[in-house]
Amino acid sequence: MPAPKIVTITSGKGGVGKTTSAAAIAAGLALKGIKTAVIDFDVGLRNLDLVMGCERRVVFDFVNVINNEARLKQALIKDKRVENLWILPTSQTRDKDALTKEGVGRVLEELKGEFDMIVCDSPAGIEKGALMALYYADEAIVVTNPEVSSVRDSDRILGVLSSRSRRAERGESPVKTHLLLTRYDAARVSKGEMLKLEDVLEILAIPLLGIIPESPSVLRASNIGLPIALDPDSPAGRAYNDAVGRFLGETIEHRFLKPERRGFFQRLIGRAA
Amino acid sequence: MGLLAFFRRDRSANHAKERLQILVAHDRVGRDSPDYLPLLQRDLIAVIARYVEIDEDKLTVELANDGISSMLAVNIELPRSKSQKPELRNPHGGLRVRPQLA
Repeated sequence: MPAPKIVTITSGKGGVGKTTSAAAIAAGLALKGIKTAVIDFDVGLRNLDLVMGCERRVVFDFVNVINNEARLKQALIKDKRVENLWILPTSQTRDKDALTKEGVGRVLEELKGEFDMIVCDSPAGIEKGALMALYYADEAIVVTNPEVSSVRDSDRILGVLSSRSRRAERGESPVKTHLLLTRYDAARVSKGEMLKLEDVLEILAIPLLGIIPESPSVLRASNIGLPIALDPDSPAGRAYNDAVGRFLGETIEHRFLKPERRGFFQRLIGRAA
Repeated sequence: MGLLAFFRRDRSANHAKERLQILVAHDRVGRDSPDYLPLLQRDLIAVIARYVEIDEDKLTVELANDGISSMLAVNIELPRSKSQKPELRNPHGGLRVRPQLA
């Protein structure tokens, strides 16, 4: 079994799909049989538990564990749908200063003793919460929308990763970065209304992990608290599972780059799945 | 879609790409500069301000790198201060700086 890995889901910009992606990737890893913990670093704006559908089971949180008010085992919530998946929710009441380098490091070390993969869901911005989420990262998945402000902020967070992570401070091999292009609308790209994959890759110059197509099923999944990777009927869910496979070293061709060909009936009722 | 509409089609993605390329290149220059530059700039302002009145906005400190060597360029625009005596001005129009004794 390879050494446990810390992977941070980050973006700089808010609202691009970090939490959705963290939930989906953690669930996808668990589906592959990898013992996974996903941690919410967005102190004060707790949402990962909601997207994962375990909000009513939160008793203790990440900050309690850092402050030695609860043991890690008490705060971890086991997912009821997938084996191998645990959630460490964050505090809704405290502020981002509750995260300290020492405290976060101690909890991550303890998690490494139990889990094979630790997924850190970063808050938006480049302040303390985001810095804490990426500091210990071995790898980072940069969630980006094909849109100017998101691409710019992704470039900024790549700079932060290369200068302010522990790997950078120690002069170790850099944090391995991956691009996850979300909310991609191939139909709008083909009309020249949206930045295309090649444009974003050219600007950010990091390897592509996956393209997640814009899909109504993402909202539907968050409405019911289901990680989208657990919805096999959803194109976005399939795309996330592909991305997880690539993350684990599988060779999987990229999909969803061309507009979906809609049949006559689908056009008639004017909706796509 | 009519023929006219086809040719008038929105191609704003190209604008997005061009703007991003310029913006990101500019952002990266700032990002790659060492952390001490703002502090150096502050100290330089403090030292020079002991002798002449300068506008902080008119001082730039830049580190240029051509791949072989790095060059630190400090650019200070000195004001034509009314309070300065005429003989302090050098023939080229700039200001000669005379240290004030404490």
